[in-house]
Amino acid sequence: MKYLDEFQDPALARRLLAEIEAAATRPWALMEVCGGQTHSIIRNGIDQLLPEQVELIHGPGCPVCVTPLDIIERALEIASRPDVVFCSFGDMLRVPGRDRDLFAVKAKGGDVRVVYSPLDAVAVAEAEPDRQVVFFGVGFETTAPANAMAVFQARARGLENFSMLVSHVLVPPAIETIMASPTSRVNGFLAAGHVCSVMGTGQYDPLAERYRVPIVVTGFEPLDVLDGIRRCVLQLEQGRSEVENAYPRAVSAEGNPVARAMLAEVFEVCDRSWRGIGLIPRSGWRLTAEFARFDAERRFDVGDLTVEEPSECRAGEVLQGMLRPDQCEWFGTTCTPRTPMGATMVSSEGACAAYHQYRRVAIPVSVRRG
Amino acid sequence: MPVHPGGQVVMGHGGGGLLSAELVEQLFLPAFGNAAATATPTDSAVMALPGGTRLAFTTDSYVVQPLFFPGGDIGELAVFGTVNDLAMSGATPLALSSAFVLEEGLELDVLGAVAASMGRAALRAGVGLVTGDTKVVEHGHGDGLYVTTAGVGIVPAGVDIRPDRAVPGDVVIVSGPIGMHGIAVLSVREGLEFGTEILSDTAPLAGLVAAMLGVDRDLHVLRDLTRGGLATSLCELAATAGVGIVFEEQRVPVPEAVRAGCGFLGLDPLHVANEGKLVAFVSADRAEQVLDVMRATPEGRDSVVIGHVVDDHPGVVVARTALGATRVVDRPLGEQLPRIC
Repeated sequence: MKYLDEFQDPALARRLLAEIEAAATRPWALMEVCGGQTHSIIRNGIDQLLPEQVELIHGPGCPVCVTPLDIIERALEIASRPDVVFCSFGDMLRVPGRDRDLFAVKAKGGDVRVVYSPLDAVAVAEAEPDRQVVFFGVGFETTAPANAMAVFQARARGLENFSMLVSHVLVPPAIETIMASPTSRVNGFLAAGHVCSVMGTGQYDPLAERYRVPIVVTGFEPLDVLDGIRRCVLQLEQGRSEVENAYPRAVSAEGNPVARAMLAEVFEVCDRSWRGIGLIPRSGWRLTAEFARFDAERRFDVGDLTVEEPSECRAGEVLQGMLRPDQCEWFGTTCTPRTPMGATMVSSEGACAAYHQYRRVAIPVSVRRG
Repeated sequence: MPVHPGGQVVMGHGGGGLLSAELVEQLFLPAFGNAAATATPTDSAVMALPGGTRLAFTTDSYVVQPLFFPGGDIGELAVFGTVNDLAMSGATPLALSSAFVLEEGLELDVLGAVAASMGRAALRAGVGLVTGDTKVVEHGHGDGLYVTTAGVGIVPAGVDIRPDRAVPGDVVIVSGPIGMHGIAVLSVREGLEFGTEILSDTAPLAGLVAAMLGVDRDLHVLRDLTRGGLATSLCELAATAGVGIVFEEQRVPVPEAVRAGCGFLGLDPLHVANEGKLVAFVSADRAEQVLDVMRATPEGRDSVVIGHVVDDHPGVVVARTALGATRVVDRPLGEQLPRIC
């Protein structure tokens, strides 16, 4: 497979690091938006290698993390019903609600299945017409086209036993919320490459202009991340605030027109709550009126189920870059991936979980060379 | 009791990670009480018999789906897996039992093919299949068939392989590319393709271990890499021995198709299952010799040194990344979960 080794080359990484070091004359705080980028940064130790002036703040782009507890509880409620086959991507299964997760529902006899595509869930609905098949439609703009296609296909095939629990969120309103916050320390953004491969880069121009902030569309391999950081630092040092595409092998200015057309047909913009942040106006998608009968919240009448987030959790501060995970008093003691108190500890892409997995123990600087 | 929402067994308890370990430490061992006083956290138990002979004893159950996968099948797995658990204490495997739980309705042709595969595997590994049992459960109460094998072997005089013999300075060797079994099974179970077909690495390791003991009777530690992958084995060994382990991530051989599959699904190759690989801790002064004989065997021809045992950070495994940074390496909680994006 191409594009793996090529984007992890240590010699090229050193060159990019040297360029970043040479360019940075002042402290800059950059936010990587996407949880996949956070994971890559911490796993590869990129933040350890950056010059002191360049700080990375871990953004809210982990779909598992920002899915509100209300939605998790609705998922658990629906998945527990004897007539339901509940299909989900794997990493939603371990997200705890008030007192259980989807694994526990499965252990009690619930029919919970891990699928690799929402279209697999449509196939289940076709194969098992006497069961209600529900897909947990979570994620950013990246996963939305396939979810839209699943609903579209279900209607085309007349599968009235298929529905989707939709909790889709959008990146640009989150960036806007962060920039509009008076406490924001973010000087520049590494935008999520895969989101832009669907939506294109045009949505970010008004944000870059309004908040005078560079937004660099960035990939996920170590060299992608380093190049995104390099371009962002260069813009800041030169006083520029532009949308720049550092991931051209996957992203074009207009994105994926076919996917966008499908999204426009199936979804419409709505207000959404983000776990750890709160309600952000016009920050998500729901099914349009034409597809509303495939909305699992309506079909199973769970829309009024609400749950309070534990108030001690400081995930909101982490998601907005005001607190580093290991600075939190609960980190690694009360709050672990086994017993997460909130959003950022529940998924491997959450900033707190990444720190817990890869940085839990202070590693001595002088290690024996292998 | 293991803490888990719902207070019931979940799939992760069988994943070979942290949840599995907790089940043993917090439920089985306390419940067994004094009866388990001599149980050891090793692949096989070693017991001294009157007369000085040391007997290695182990057991394992096999529940893989599908029963036949690229590069192997459940029968071969059941023989090699138990042979390998014996070999990890340096034992020469002697004999295995095989106990079947069959589901009503299973095709006899399928059962026959699995049994024939076990026969071939036992011949290849040089062990007898000397006793067994069969039970049948009603249709819908089993995945076609489950197999449990137990095995015994003799540990040669002078051989003493166990986790707490790890000492700082030991060289850490892996016997070949990792992650192949897990990705092979996943690719057929879920109908996923990753460019090239990847075969399970299912293989008996007793011959490889015998070759290693031939040049280094004083081999310190062996562990076969199964569920939970290389990371789990290293973490368990570091914790049991109270030592630190440092390895160079770039030196760990990961086949391209495994890397592609893991990248696609958001899995970590260090956590993916193997069925024909081991990790060895060897005195630095013997490492080169051991590596040479490993590479001369079919099961160990791609063996590499990946790191060292250190006295820093006891109980913790550290990887040096390709870029020269460091990170802690953890075992997975339970099953590995494919990510959303």
